[in-house]
Amino acid sequence: MEKKPKTKMISVFVMGKEHKVPQGLTIMKAMEHAGYRFLRGAGCRAGFCGACGTVYRLKGDYKLHFDLACQTAAEDGMALTQLPFVPANKATYHVRLIKKEGNPILKYYPEVARCVSCNTCTKACPQELEVMDYVQAALKNDIEKAATLSFDCIQCGMCALRCPAEIVQYHVGQLVRRVHGKFVNKSKQLNKRVNEVNKGKFDTDINELMTLKHAKIKDKYSDRDIEALH
Amino acid sequence: MNLAYYPGCTLKNQGLGFETSALAAAQALDIEMKELDRWNCCGTVFSLADEDLMHYLAPMRNFVRVQEEGFDKVVTLCSMCYNTMKRTEQIVKDDPEKLKTINEFMYREEDYRGEVKLFHLLELFRDEIGYEEIKKRVIRPLRGLKVAPYYGCMLTRPKEIGIDDWEEPRIMEDLLSAIDAEVVKDPLRGECCGAYHTVNAKELVTERTRMIVSSAKKRGADCIMLSCPLCEFNLDLRQRDTAKEYTDFVGIPVVYFTQLLALALGLTEDVCRFDLHYIDPYPVLVEKNIIEEGEEVHGKKA
Ligand code: FES
Repeated sequence: MEKKPKTKMISVFVMGKEHKVPQGLTIMKAMEHAGYRFLRGAGCRAGFCGACGTVYRLKGDYKLHFDLACQTAAEDGMALTQLPFVPANKATYHVRLIKKEGNPILKYYPEVARCVSCNTCTKACPQELEVMDYVQAALKNDIEKAATLSFDCIQCGMCALRCPAEIVQYHVGQLVRRVHGKFVNKSKQLNKRVNEVNKGKFDTDINELMTLKHAKIKDKYSDRDIEALH
Repeated sequence: MNLAYYPGCTLKNQGLGFETSALAAAQALDIEMKELDRWNCCGTVFSLADEDLMHYLAPMRNFVRVQEEGFDKVVTLCSMCYNTMKRTEQIVKDDPEKLKTINEFMYREEDYRGEVKLFHLLELFRDEIGYEEIKKRVIRPLRGLKVAPYYGCMLTRPKEIGIDDWEEPRIMEDLLSAIDAEVVKDPLRGECCGAYHTVNAKELVTERTRMIVSSAKKRGADCIMLSCPLCEFNLDLRQRDTAKEYTDFVGIPVVYFTQLLALALGLTEDVCRFDLHYIDPYPVLVEKNIIEEGEEVHGKKA
């Protein structure tokens, strides 16, 4: 009988403690292999939700790297920790009350003006966004550009953790996109859908859902239609 | 003449009329200014601490952008941007060690070679176009308008980077003569406007505003002309607070040099944007027969 080729094992250091894990796993799977269970810090497992922020360092490298645990392969000698949540300041505002005049971004996040353009946020972004450029665009009130550049942000918060000027880039980006939706590129589909909701189009479906048993809801969820990305 | 243009943040926010008038005037004088595709804040306040390399990043990154787009000259209008960026230009040119350290920190960018030269728009008018040429292009001479130029701190100091003599500057005076306006020389033209104290020590600024504006007015000025959006904010909008504090205070309008130039070059009000100032410059422009009474400007009659 032929012997199955042995999987190569590598060492990863989770919060300083060494674990042997099979090669070829993502950081998330490697941690699970080592016995960690994700109660927080994991969501979609597909690089969309931003819940699985990770900081790591590679063997022989002095630099800290930032990535998503579900998207990054574990490497031998990697030292890492999870950063599932960033308790950063988030401005309170009501989109309906935001005014176009002046610079609405600076009103809610005045610290944006403190950016020294060091680009550390950009280096930290696992989505490889030009974070500093969207902060700068927000500063000069170029909402369109800021919204476009920050569009793929998944709100992991790594940028804010690294910023020497204490800016919360990812929340700034969110506000920018809201302002953009309100003043620059008003979404027709959204308005249409809000009207439908208000007219009660989904009331019967929702009411039916509310009465379903837990198990049935689970079935419905796993059988759901997933719209294809265009 | 073809060069890169660095606007700075304020020109995209409070200083809109500064930019529209400058671009239109420059075009009328055949200066082609191409706004950089990518640029960031200038860094705003030049750090007075030694070896504060962190604060040279912003200006230097802008120089990298200029370089990336294939230019070696860049022009700016705001006195503050000019000052912060010019001082950085000098520092990294004089000190290759610092240039290297910053380049290493910005490892994701191409190395800055230290070759970009920054100009203030006033310098281009003086050195590249020349006042004689400007004089020839004037369509609407500002005859009879008495203007007090105001330099503030940033255009002429420190003297290594000043665009003119720091004690006896004349660059704005000469421009005024070229467009046929009357120069009112004011001894306080190089005083500080109070700068950022406007945020948390308003009374300090209203005191300066009272002093500077009253001095120009006493010497017969119809308006003050300047090149810095922050000085503009303090000397113009703060007149509102000054008038509350000093009941006998009577103000005058404050405008950018580009607005008067654009006006003299015959450009229309939609680029001059005098309507964006707190103290309305129209009445005095009408009184001096520069703008016609009743000319429609931004929905209101001058
Ligand atoms: S778990 Fe959602 S991005 Fe990684």
